[in-house]
Amino acid sequence: MELFTNQVLAGIATGAIYACMALAVVMIYQAIDHLNFAQGEMAMFSTFISWQLMQWGLSYWTAFVVTLAFSFVAGIAIERILFKPLAKAPVLTNVAGFIALFAIINSSAGLIWDFTIKQYPTPFGSSPFLGSQLISTHQAGMIGVTVLLLLGLYFFFQYTRIGLAMRAAASVPESARLVGINTSWMIALGWGMATAIGSIAGMLIAPVVFLEPNMMGGVLIYGFAAAVLGGLSSPFGAVVGGFLVGVFENLAGTYIPGVGNELKLPIALALIISVLVVKPAGLFGRQIVKRV
Amino acid sequence: MTQLLNVKDLRAYYGQVQALHGLSFSLNEGSLTTLLGANGAGKTTTLRAICNMVRSTGGIEFDGKPLNNRSTESIVRFGIAHVPQGRGTFTTMTVEENLQLGAITRKDSAGIVSDIERMYAHFPVLKQRHTQQAGTLSGGEQQMLAVARALMLRPRLMLLDEPSFGLAPLVVRDLFGILGKINREDKVSILVVEQNAQLALELADQAYVIETGRIVMSGNAKDIANNEEIRKSYLGY
Repeated sequence: MELFTNQVLAGIATGAIYACMALAVVMIYQAIDHLNFAQGEMAMFSTFISWQLMQWGLSYWTAFVVTLAFSFVAGIAIERILFKPLAKAPVLTNVAGFIALFAIINSSAGLIWDFTIKQYPTPFGSSPFLGSQLISTHQAGMIGVTVLLLLGLYFFFQYTRIGLAMRAAASVPESARLVGINTSWMIALGWGMATAIGSIAGMLIAPVVFLEPNMMGGVLIYGFAAAVLGGLSSPFGAVVGGFLVGVFENLAGTYIPGVGNELKLPIALALIISVLVVKPAGLFGRQIVKRV
Repeated sequence: MTQLLNVKDLRAYYGQVQALHGLSFSLNEGSLTTLLGANGAGKTTTLRAICNMVRSTGGIEFDGKPLNNRSTESIVRFGIAHVPQGRGTFTTMTVEENLQLGAITRKDSAGIVSDIERMYAHFPVLKQRHTQQAGTLSGGEQQMLAVARALMLRPRLMLLDEPSFGLAPLVVRDLFGILGKINREDKVSILVVEQNAQLALELADQAYVIETGRIVMSGNAKDIANNEEIRKSYLGY
C-alpha cells in the first residue's frame, strides 16, 4: 500500500509538470490551431537561461522571475517574427516552422552551453516532506508551484478584461474583432504566456531530469499525451490530463511487469494513439463538427 | 441633417470575383436606413466592406473621417457596432460575458455595469439567462443578445445583417420594435440589411435597393413601400 501511495504522489508531482506543458501546448493550439513541437525546447532554453543567471550569482527566485519575464518576451517575439507571417500558410508550412524552431533552439543551446549534463538546484531541498517518506520537499514544491500557477491563470482568464478578451479571440476571432479586440496581439500574448508557463515546467523538472539540451524531449511527449487525453480544446482538460498521465505512467512502470522505466515513454505514445482512436475529442474537449 | 456615413463608388472583391460594382449611398445621423435586395445582391458584402472585412476600393467616410485601410478592430472604436450574419455569438461564454465583450473597448467600468442593467431592461429574457452559456439560447434570444452586445459599445452607428434570419415572425416583430425604440430613444443610427423587405420598410425611414452589387433604387422608405412597380420588380411582394 505504501508503494502504491508513494507512486501515486510521485505521479502527481511529475503530472504537475506534464500539466504545465499540456497547458502551454493547448494555449497555443487554441490560438493558432497548431501543435507547438518546439514547446519543450523553448522550456529547455528558458531553463538554461535561469541556470546561467544563477551561475552569474543571482539567487534562485530572482533568476526564476527574470527567466519568466525573458520567456514571456521571447514567446511574443517568436510569434511576431516566425508564426504571424505563417498565419494563413498551409498546415505543413507551419509544421516545418515548428521543426525549424525545435532544431534551432536545440542546437543553439548545445552551442552555448554544450551537451554535457548539468546539475540544477532546487529551492525546496530534497529531504522528506513533513517527515514523510512518501514524497520529497521538491516534489511537494512542484505540486505547490503548479497549483499556484493554475489558480493564477484561472483568475486571470475568468476575472480580468484582458483574459476575457483572450478567450473571446480564441473562440470566435471574427466576432472578437467586431467588438474591437486586436486578435493578432491576443495570439502573441498567448504565446508569451505559454512560453512562460513552459519555462516554469522546465525549471521545476530540471532537478529531476538534469539540465541538458534534450531534457524536455520525453516531458513534451507526456505533455502531448496529457493534452490529447484531456482534449486539445480544453485547458482544464489538459491540466487533468497532465495529472492522470503522471499517475498512470508511474503505476504502469511499477505494476505492469516488463514496463519498468524503459517502456514508460512508449506507454505515453500508446495512450495518444488510443485516445485518438477511441475518443478523438479527449475527455473534456468539444467535438469539432465542421459543416461540409 | 448631417451625413453620418457616406459611401462612394464602393467596389469589393472576394479573390478575383468582384461583388460590388461602384456602390454609393449615404446615411443621415439619427436615421434608420435599410439596404434591400435579393440573395447575393451584395448587402452583406457592403456591411463587411464598411468594417474592412473584405478587400474593397472606393470611399467610405464616417462622420467626415475616412475608414479605408483601417483594421476592423480600430473601426469599432469610431463607434460602429456590427451585428454580423449568424449573430457571431460567443457560444462558449455566458450571456453576461457576451455583454461585457461588447464593451471591451470602453474604459468606464461604472457605465458598463449600468449599461448591462439597461440591456436587461430592454431584453428581460437575457437577465433570466445571464449566467447561462450563450450557445444554449434559442435563435431569437441569441439575436437579442447580439443586438444588446452591439449596444454595449454605445455605438453611434449600428450595422445589422439580416436580423430576422431564421426567426419566428412574432420574434421578428418584437425585435424590430426594439430596434425602432433604440433608434428613437438612444439616438443610435441604424443601417439594417434585410431580405424581409416589407418589415424593413415599415421600420426604416430611408431605403436603398441593391441588385448585383449596384444601387438601383433609393428614397423614402414609405414611397418605396407604396410604389407597386418597385415592390413587384425588386422586392417580390
